[in-house]
Amino acid sequence: MPERLPPRPATSAGQFDLFGKREGGPRVYSVSEITREIKAVLEGRFPSVLVKGEVSNLRTPSSGHLYFTLKDEDACLEAVLFRTEARRLRFQVRNGLSLVARGHLDVYEPKGGYQLVCDGVEPLGAGALQIAFEQLKERLQKEGLFDPARKRKLPFLPRRVAVVTSPSGAAVHDFLRVLHRRFPNLPVLIVPVRVQGEGAAQEIARGVVRAAKQRRVDVVVVARGGGSLEDLWAFNEEVVARAVSSCPVPVVSAVGHEVDFTIADFCADVRAPTPTAAAELIARVKDELSADLAQRRARLQRALRSQLERKRAQLDKARARVADPRRLIGERQLRLDRLRQRLEDLHREQLAARKDSLRALRQRLAEQHPRERLHRLEREVARLDQKLRSLAERALAARRHRFSGLAGRLDALSPLRVLARGYAVAFDPRGHVLQKAAQVTPGERVRVRLHEGEISARVVDEEEG
Amino acid sequence: MADSAAPAVSEKYEDLVQRLSKVVERLEGGGLSLEESIAAFEEGIRLARAGAAKLEEAERKVEILLEGDRLAPFSGQDK
Repeated sequence: MPERLPPRPATSAGQFDLFGKREGGPRVYSVSEITREIKAVLEGRFPSVLVKGEVSNLRTPSSGHLYFTLKDEDACLEAVLFRTEARRLRFQVRNGLSLVARGHLDVYEPKGGYQLVCDGVEPLGAGALQIAFEQLKERLQKEGLFDPARKRKLPFLPRRVAVVTSPSGAAVHDFLRVLHRRFPNLPVLIVPVRVQGEGAAQEIARGVVRAAKQRRVDVVVVARGGGSLEDLWAFNEEVVARAVSSCPVPVVSAVGHEVDFTIADFCADVRAPTPTAAAELIARVKDELSADLAQRRARLQRALRSQLERKRAQLDKARARVADPRRLIGERQLRLDRLRQRLEDLHREQLAARKDSLRALRQRLAEQHPRERLHRLEREVARLDQKLRSLAERALAARRHRFSGLAGRLDALSPLRVLARGYAVAFDPRGHVLQKAAQVTPGERVRVRLHEGEISARVVDEEEG
Repeated sequence: MADSAAPAVSEKYEDLVQRLSKVVERLEGGGLSLEESIAAFEEGIRLARAGAAKLEEAERKVEILLEGDRLAPFSGQDK
């Protein structure tokens, strides 16, 4: 860098006598003198330069000035950006940021140092806006403003749509055209704002706040047609991001073209790639809604009809079930009858068997009846009786025979046989044979037995004999 | 019985349709008594009517918000 500075003294010690007293030798400066000359040379030579380098050792004292060191691989340059300039920056100066600083060189005599006093810095490579965009995005993201959990659903059918946009832009016309093609009677409130230029961001932010306050508004659209990054810049401002994030109703951002992403897009509940797309996101097709409604109604009717049919079928089934018991009863009766039949058969069989066995027993019993025994005994008795009789008869006959023999013998000896020869026998009344006359007295009756018969006689006299 | 309450005027279309959808599903699912079926059907019809009315009730109005929150018709030719 300092090739235009006065050449330095030679370094070889032996070449000159530094402290020699020779007149006309090299001029000796005081520190102030040399510093002053350096200052004059440096500041005169670099009243306005552009220097690129990487920021390091950044310091931000309360004064608001920014102090940092610009460096590259081989050298460093102290730099300062005063507060007024620092405030104007859209991005933040940070360590590691490569930038181009514009300014002048300044020598600070008391310290013997020099620094670059910047009156503006630009990020190197990406533009300042790009850097500012990235930085704000990063910051808001860290705050959680882009958190998907924060995103609200759009109303299914908004009652009134507020559009924060330029009333004269193409965006609002495209938006309205599509919106009303889809849903012809959807009310819309335009909140007119400037969408670019100084103060546009504040207007947009205020527009969002106002829009959300209006009656029946339940969705807010922030819209702008396409443009350069610079044109769309208002939508990258923090004030807009804050207004969108804190809006009480869902916000749809529809800024620029499909490829343009703004901070407002990240903060919005829904990002639409274009204003017309926003209209499509917000308004469902009314005809489709009507058709859907009609279809649901038809389903309702079908459902009721089929429900009724089901009920009827249930009723029929129930009725069939009610008839069942009769059949069941019939079945049961049949079964009962069969059982009863079997029971009866069984009973009959058993009865017959019992009868048979009874009959046999009776037979056997009859055989043992006393009458039979009696008969047998009677027969026995008769036999014995017969036997007894014959025996008795025999015995009788024998005795009779003997008797008749004896009787004949007796007869021969009988006194009565004397009678047959004409003798008689007299008996007193007492039946005593009269043997002496004295046995009787006259007048007494006597019986006289003859051989045949008797006579009764009265005693007339008696004579002792 | 909040579910079968008459559709309120303030009710959102989406809620109406959601209720209608539930009623349809309930009816389609069967398992309702005859009385419940008929009540569900009537409720469904009421909801469907209310939904249709909602689709029609909005009045096409494009307005522009002026300072002091005054409203004016938006012609599209402003500024």
